[in-house]
Amino acid sequence: MKKIISYSWLTVVALFMYIPVLILAFYSFTSSTTIGAVRGFSMQNYITLFTMEELRNMIIGTLLLAVGAAVIASILGTMGAIGAFYSRPIPRRIVDTANQIPVVNADVVTAFSICILLIVVLGIEKNTFIPLVIGHVVLCTPFVYLAVLPKLKQMDNGLYEAALDLGATPFQALYKVVIPQIIPGILSGFMLSITLSLDDYFISTYTKPATFDTISTYVYNATKGAQTEIKTALWALSTVIFLVVILAVVIMNLAAAGPSGKQEVSAYDSRGKD
Amino acid sequence: MIMGVFRFSRKQLCIPYALFLVCFVVLPLAVIVYYAFTDGTGSFTLANLLSFFTNGNTIGTLCYSIVVALVVTAVCLVIAYPTAYVLARSGLKRGPVLLMLFILPMWINFTLRITALKEVLTLIEGNLSLHPFLNTVIAMTYDFLPFMILPLYTTLLQLDVSLLEAAQDLGAGPAAVFFRVTLPLSMPGIVSGVTMTFLPAMTNYVILDMIYNSTYIMGSLIGSYFNIYDWNNGSMISLILFAGICVVSVFTGKVDQSDLDNRGAIL
Repeated sequence: MKKIISYSWLTVVALFMYIPVLILAFYSFTSSTTIGAVRGFSMQNYITLFTMEELRNMIIGTLLLAVGAAVIASILGTMGAIGAFYSRPIPRRIVDTANQIPVVNADVVTAFSICILLIVVLGIEKNTFIPLVIGHVVLCTPFVYLAVLPKLKQMDNGLYEAALDLGATPFQALYKVVIPQIIPGILSGFMLSITLSLDDYFISTYTKPATFDTISTYVYNATKGAQTEIKTALWALSTVIFLVVILAVVIMNLAAAGPSGKQEVSAYDSRGKD
Repeated sequence: MIMGVFRFSRKQLCIPYALFLVCFVVLPLAVIVYYAFTDGTGSFTLANLLSFFTNGNTIGTLCYSIVVALVVTAVCLVIAYPTAYVLARSGLKRGPVLLMLFILPMWINFTLRITALKEVLTLIEGNLSLHPFLNTVIAMTYDFLPFMILPLYTTLLQLDVSLLEAAQDLGAGPAAVFFRVTLPLSMPGIVSGVTMTFLPAMTNYVILDMIYNSTYIMGSLIGSYFNIYDWNNGSMISLILFAGICVVSVFTGKVDQSDLDNRGAIL
């Protein structure tokens, strides 16, 4: 009995979370322009999605930005975490606190402040993409930092010393001993950065060049009266992303049945917890 | 401690990130403070602060945002807690796999998910601006639910079963066990879930705007000042939001800390 109640509750919540996306997925394969009106099967939305230059550029741009920002954030955040971890308590505290600011701050405030500094005060052109990339790095790096720190805590500190005693230079010891130990933290920080950057609306909208769009800003603007063709092509985009995410989750679960899933969980959790 | 000036040390790795934080996190906030307390010509003024508190529109928006955020957070908590509890504690064989089902939506771009929800709600209700508050709460709950489920799940999963058994052995009924042991021990998860929901609910103006073209929320005030190039008033609102966030996070940080201490005492 208890089990039936549990499962029905889970089912209701899951339906709430998935019905909109699934309905949209269903209608993305038809030629109807509003949901509710069933028309014939059609792949037109997918053809539009992959052939219309505007859409293609937007998707590629968003992905490039996410990967670029995640790479920079991973390097910067990992170095920061290693450096801070082995620093004395006071500098460590200061970096921890500063790192916490973008984590707790509202994205719109972070975006506004970066925009004011870089574009209004320093006069950097949005067209250079510099404000956009810096903004996304600010958004992502703190989470890399937070994902790497616990791995450093878990690591046996004697390993680094041992490497030095055995004749490694500090740089070699770091590169060959420390980094391999904390690589799971770096990877989950990297993945987290990608998803944060892909999901971002606020930083992008305040710092992006006028002619460039990320998925978020594009979809938002499209709800403000775009052509029907684009509107329904975005249904297809939603479906493609949904399928890619499912595929990624399945692969992740198969690749490392258990542990990798847990890491992901702890990394996401740090967003609010610390 | 005898270290040459040019010797490499692990601490130095922190320098690039520390500089980065100063330049792009601390400095922007300093600039915001400067703009918030000056006028268009750059001379000191408290007019922006005064206008925030005397302008009926901003105060109204602030109050409405707080109400929206409170309701959304409460609804998320009420839905997420039982979900996380069942996933973590009822001995389902596929708990972790099922969890994935409930947090997977957060990897789909939120504007696309809101688009999907909007289509469905429009089909059910017709004109969405007829029930603005209801639709705001539905849309935000829909968006933030995974972020509430995840921290609750993590906390409940780590919960020490022997404590629950001990309470039972000592004669507590199921309700007493839940309210006096399980719930207090899941506070860290609740706190982190609430912080991840409350603030976005107050500031995420995109969801509202997409659902029914409303801008009646805190975040959108910054956006509207930005659009008319009024950096000073925009900065003041950002600063007030940031100050509020700092106060809240100091408070929640304390709750987290005291809870950790409690746990240490129990163990």
